[in-house]
Amino acid sequence: MSDDTVNIDSAGADADDHGHVAVAVTTLDAELIEGTSNATPDIAEYALWLGDDALVLAQQLGAWISRAPELEEDVALGNVALDLIGHARSLLHYAGTATNRTEDDLAYWRTEPDFRSLHIVEQPNGDFAHTIARQFVVSHYVFELYSRLRASADETLAAIAAKAVKEVDYHRDHASQWVLRLAQGTDESRRRMITALSDLWPYVEEIFRDEPLIDRLEGIAVRPSSLRPAFDAAIAPVFAEAEVELPSGFVASGGGRIGKHSEHLAFLLAEMQVLTRAHPGASW
Amino acid sequence: MTNTITPDTSATADISVEEQQFNDLIEADSRIEPRDWMPEGYRKSLVRQISQHAHSEIIGMQPESNWITRAPSLKRKAILMAKVQDEAGHGLYLYSAAQTLGATRDDMTDALIAGKARYSSIFNYPTPTWADMGSIGWLVDGAAICNQVPLCRASYGPYGRAMVRICKEESFHQRQGFEILLELMAGTQEQRQMAQESVDRWYWPALMMFGPPDDDSPNSAQSMAWKIKRHSNDELRQRFVNMLVPQAAVLGVTLPDPDLHFNEQTQQWDLGEIDWTEFHEVLAGRGPNNAQRLQRRRDAHEDGAWVRDAAAAYAIKQTARKQFARTAEMASK
Repeated sequence: MSDDTVNIDSAGADADDHGHVAVAVTTLDAELIEGTSNATPDIAEYALWLGDDALVLAQQLGAWISRAPELEEDVALGNVALDLIGHARSLLHYAGTATNRTEDDLAYWRTEPDFRSLHIVEQPNGDFAHTIARQFVVSHYVFELYSRLRASADETLAAIAAKAVKEVDYHRDHASQWVLRLAQGTDESRRRMITALSDLWPYVEEIFRDEPLIDRLEGIAVRPSSLRPAFDAAIAPVFAEAEVELPSGFVASGGGRIGKHSEHLAFLLAEMQVLTRAHPGASW
Repeated sequence: MTNTITPDTSATADISVEEQQFNDLIEADSRIEPRDWMPEGYRKSLVRQISQHAHSEIIGMQPESNWITRAPSLKRKAILMAKVQDEAGHGLYLYSAAQTLGATRDDMTDALIAGKARYSSIFNYPTPTWADMGSIGWLVDGAAICNQVPLCRASYGPYGRAMVRICKEESFHQRQGFEILLELMAGTQEQRQMAQESVDRWYWPALMMFGPPDDDSPNSAQSMAWKIKRHSNDELRQRFVNMLVPQAAVLGVTLPDPDLHFNEQTQQWDLGEIDWTEFHEVLAGRGPNNAQRLQRRRDAHEDGAWVRDAAAAYAIKQTARKQFARTAEMASK
C-alpha cells in the first residue's frame, strides 16, 4: 500500500508527504452561542444562576485533567467539563445581553458577591469519591431542571436546555456508574464513597430552595422546590443498588443565589481570573 | 495472507519463509499487521517507539493542563481543555497499538512512573506564561506534525492508522497555538512581549525534538530500513524551519537564531548551531521539570490506585452475581 500523500488538512494540501501544515489566519469557530434576543433583568439573573453553577463546576473538573485515577477518566471528566463550559458560555452570554456585557466580562470581572453559584458546586474536588458525589448530586438535579426548562416560555433558555439536557444525561450516568463501583468495590472505596456523600449532603437542601426571583418568572424558570420529588426518585434506585443509606445530619444555610458564598469560591475565582485581571482591556 | 510454518533455518545464511514474506511486505510498501510474523528487533523497536510516543502524550498533558484553570477567556479555556483531552486520547490509542505487539499497559505505565521509560524531553520545560500555550501549539505540535505525518505510512498497520487520527488532531492543535500567538501579537505591548519571550524559550527545544543530528542517531538507520521511519532527523528539522520562517513573519515574532539565513543555492533556510549539550542534559534527567513531571504522573497513578482497584473488584463481583443468578435460574427450572 502506498498512500503517499497524507493530508492532515483538507485546505490546500502540500505536495510533499508532510501533508499540509501551514496555518491559516482564521479564527476558530466559537462554541454555539444561542439567542439573538436580549434577556430581561430577571431572566438574566436566572441565567446567571444556572450559568455560574456550570462555570464553577467546569472550573473544578478542569483541574482533574492530567490527574485522574486512569486515562479514561482524564478523558471522561474532561468531556464533562467541556460540556459544562459550553453550557456556561451560552447562559452567561445570554445573561450579558441584559447589561451589554460579554460572557468573559461576567466570568472574569465580577467579584464573589456577584456570583450566583450554589454552595455544592463550590465544594472542593477532594478525592475522586468527593468529585463523584458532587457530580452525582448536581447532574441529577440539572438533568431534572433542564428537562423541564425545555418547555420554558423563554425561547433562548428552552433552546439551551434542549441541547444541554442530552449531555447532562451522560454526566448523570457517568456519576451513577461510579457511585455503584465505589460503593460496591473494595472496603476502602466504599468507606470513601460513603464519607464523600455524607460530606456533600449538607449542601443538597439549598439546591431546591425557592427565591423570590422564581415567583417573578412563572412559566420561564423552573421552580427549584418542584424538582425535589423527581430528584429523590431518580437517586433512590442508585442508593439502593449501592446499598448506601441516604445521608442525614447537617443542612448548610447556603445563600449562593443571593451572593453569600462558601469560603472556597474566592480561591477558585482568584485562580480563574488572575491572568485576565492582570491585563485589563486585553483580548485573548 | 497466509503464514507458512517452516523449520527454523536461522543457523544458516538463508532466511526463513516468514522472514522472506516480511521482507517482501516491507519492500512492497505494504502494512505489517499484528498476526504477521515479524523479526524480534522490529517488534522491540516498535514497542519502544510507540510506548515512548504514548508516554510523551501523557506527560505532555501537564505543561498545558497547568493553564486550564487560568485560561484568560472561556473560549480559550474550552479549547485548551479539548486539546489536553485529545492528548489523553492519543496516549490511549498509542498504548493500544503497543498492546497489539504484546506489551501490556501496566508494564508500560510502570516503566514510565519508575523513570525507566523515555518520553519527549520537550515536556520537561516549564510553562510560566499563557503565551507558552501558543508556543507549544505552534512550535512543539508543529514539530510533532513534521515528525508524525510520515509515520502515518509507518509499515506497522496499527501504528500507522493511529497516527492518521492523531495527525488530524495535531493539525488543529497547531492552528490553535498559532492563533493564540497571533492574538497576543495583535494585542498590548505586554502581550507582544509575552509572545516573543515565549517563542525565545521554545524555539531551540522544538528544533531538538527531531532528535540528534543524523551522524549521531543510533536507532535511525534500522528504523528507516524497516520503513517505520521515513525521513532523517536533519531532513525533517530542515523542513520544519523552512515552514516556520514565513509563519514567524505573519506573526511578527523573531526566531531567536542570529545565524538563520536563506541559502540561495539550496533554496533552504540555514540555521545556526544547536546547543546539543542542553539536549543531552535534559535527556539525562537534568532539565527544568523532569522530576516534577514524573512526580505528578506517579501521584496521579498512586492516588488513583484505590479507584482502579474498586472498579476491578466491582467487575468481578458483577460477573459472580450474574453467574449466581444464572445458576439459580437453571436450578429452579
